[in-house]
Amino acid sequence: MFLRENILLAIDGLKSNKMRSFLTMLGIIIGIGAVIAIVSIGDAVTTSLNDTLSRLGTSNIYVFVSQKEENGIGSSSGKIDDSDLISEEQIESFASKYSGEIGAVSYLETGESGEARKNHRSAKITVKGTNAGYGSVNNVKITRGRFLKERDIRNRRKVAVVSDRLVSNLFRTGENPIGQEVSVDTDKGSEDYTIVGVYQFESVSIQGIESDKGKDTRTSLYLPVGLVKETAENQNYSQFVLSTKGVQDAQAFADKVESYFRKLYASNGNYTCRARSMESAISEWTRQLGVVSTAIAAIAAIALLVGGIGVMNIMLVSVTERTREIGTRKALGARNSYIRMQFIVEAVIICLIGGVLGIIAGLLMAWGGVTIMEHQMSVSIPLVISAPVVLGSVGFSMLIGIFFGYYPARKASRLNPIDALRYE
Amino acid sequence: MSREIIRMSGIVKNYFIGTPNELHILKGISLKVREGEFLSIVGASGSGKSTLMNMIGVLDRPTSGEYLLDGVPVSFMSDNEMSDVRNRKIGFVFQTFNLIPRSNALKNVELPMLYAGVDSRERTRRAAELLKAVGMGDRMRHRPNELSGGQKQRVAIARALANDPPILLADEPTGSLDSATGRMVMDLFHQVHRREGKTIVLITHNPALAAETDRIVTLRDGVIVSDPAGPGKGAA
Repeated sequence: MFLRENILLAIDGLKSNKMRSFLTMLGIIIGIGAVIAIVSIGDAVTTSLNDTLSRLGTSNIYVFVSQKEENGIGSSSGKIDDSDLISEEQIESFASKYSGEIGAVSYLETGESGEARKNHRSAKITVKGTNAGYGSVNNVKITRGRFLKERDIRNRRKVAVVSDRLVSNLFRTGENPIGQEVSVDTDKGSEDYTIVGVYQFESVSIQGIESDKGKDTRTSLYLPVGLVKETAENQNYSQFVLSTKGVQDAQAFADKVESYFRKLYASNGNYTCRARSMESAISEWTRQLGVVSTAIAAIAAIALLVGGIGVMNIMLVSVTERTREIGTRKALGARNSYIRMQFIVEAVIICLIGGVLGIIAGLLMAWGGVTIMEHQMSVSIPLVISAPVVLGSVGFSMLIGIFFGYYPARKASRLNPIDALRYE
Repeated sequence: MSREIIRMSGIVKNYFIGTPNELHILKGISLKVREGEFLSIVGASGSGKSTLMNMIGVLDRPTSGEYLLDGVPVSFMSDNEMSDVRNRKIGFVFQTFNLIPRSNALKNVELPMLYAGVDSRERTRRAAELLKAVGMGDRMRHRPNELSGGQKQRVAIARALANDPPILLADEPTGSLDSATGRMVMDLFHQVHRREGKTIVLITHNPALAAETDRIVTLRDGVIVSDPAGPGKGAA
């Protein structure tokens, strides 16, 4: 019904009272902006996390020590010690029992952070002691040489696998790092190791942060696990990862693994062992992230509700201010529905403009938030402008306009033309 | 003999019906107006002339009585039907002009045509033509606050003529104007009456203005006390 005229009329009206129009829109801008920012950041983090975890292999199974549930969380005050943890022997005997289903097992002892030195240059590193299976379970991409081998582990050989990032920082272009010695300085002292392999460093997301190229990013330096365990607090492991082969249902196998280890923990009063497939963990984390971001978005939506009420309020003021105009329009032959439409269109236009500005503000906030997170966690979080979210927001702001514009519009349309014409 | 455009018989209008404060504003009005007549309705304030104007203008329904407008009974129409009748049959001119403040002269004149469903180009063409006819051709893009009182009333008259209604209903059209401007507006009514043969009903309390019209209907306490063509005198 006269849509074009009503839109032009509404825009004229907004222009004639710019400050009021802007303040009315502000509620919608803040509401839509907050929802968009939260949903976008949530999406970006979920996508980034999924990419990262999927790359580690979705058929992998995580086995980890956890507190017995019947004790309640945080009830055991004693520190966890080797008797509560999984020993290397337990892992190996388990692996040989299920050798048909298990591709490799991987365990890790994270050591100190420090610097690797060579040729009077240095590179930041974190020492990680691993077994031979770590490379295949975690898809470590070797570009030169080899990953740690069983022999290196058994004999605690002083060999290291380093990142290509470290190589480019420590060695001259074209220089072969394999067989060269690097000195590794940490709080626990300085040791020399022979480089046997170089792996391709990937930042935590699929697209590395371009601006980080050439910077001294801290990378992992892999050593035989026994070397790191020498100075570690515990000799046993709180978790390990295994890759499966020929297993159809990873979670079903994980349950089998869990019941195997639960038996070992039957006599332990505080701890037990749990196993989860990567797949189910990813879907669980994704679900939980989704719940959290939905909850926050719902809180942000309250701002939107307040904004909508603001629109309704100003529309009611506008109806009162324009009572004579409404009376005149009715005298000139406007049906009630025409008047109703005029005011609904006006409310929708306010909300629509507010919504579009809110989307822009929200995306800027999301971009800012993601950029800060990227810098703090040195990961790349790809911010995707999702068309459904943007279109949904546009549609939703129009719905707010219709919803909160309807009552004032109906009030306007029901004015008695005689009273309205006489209104001072 | 030209045909009857307005035929009211026994129009009664009461307010606060069924309460102790029930008011009897119109107490059985019978009025016939022939097409092309220029008549005035005069009366003191409280005589019921505003209420009668609302009845004639199909802004209000009578409590009882029959009103045939251009042969169509309008007393018991729905709101929408009343809107449509006002749109096509009545051109309103108000004492306070009642132009839409944010719309320019052209848009104001286009408004009744918009509600009648006239397409945009034809609306603009006719609105411009009407504004030129009332001498406002050079101020079509001005908003009401940029116009003088006389200019506003000329725009309002152009607007009243937009859908070429058979009746112009003018409520104290010179009431807010100085006498010279008022004279100019009255001349415009005479011109519209002569050239276009419109039926014009002028509501006024000014006997001098009423004297310019063909027929003076006097209202007092809700009844017609004098009408040269009244039921007692004219052909019933």
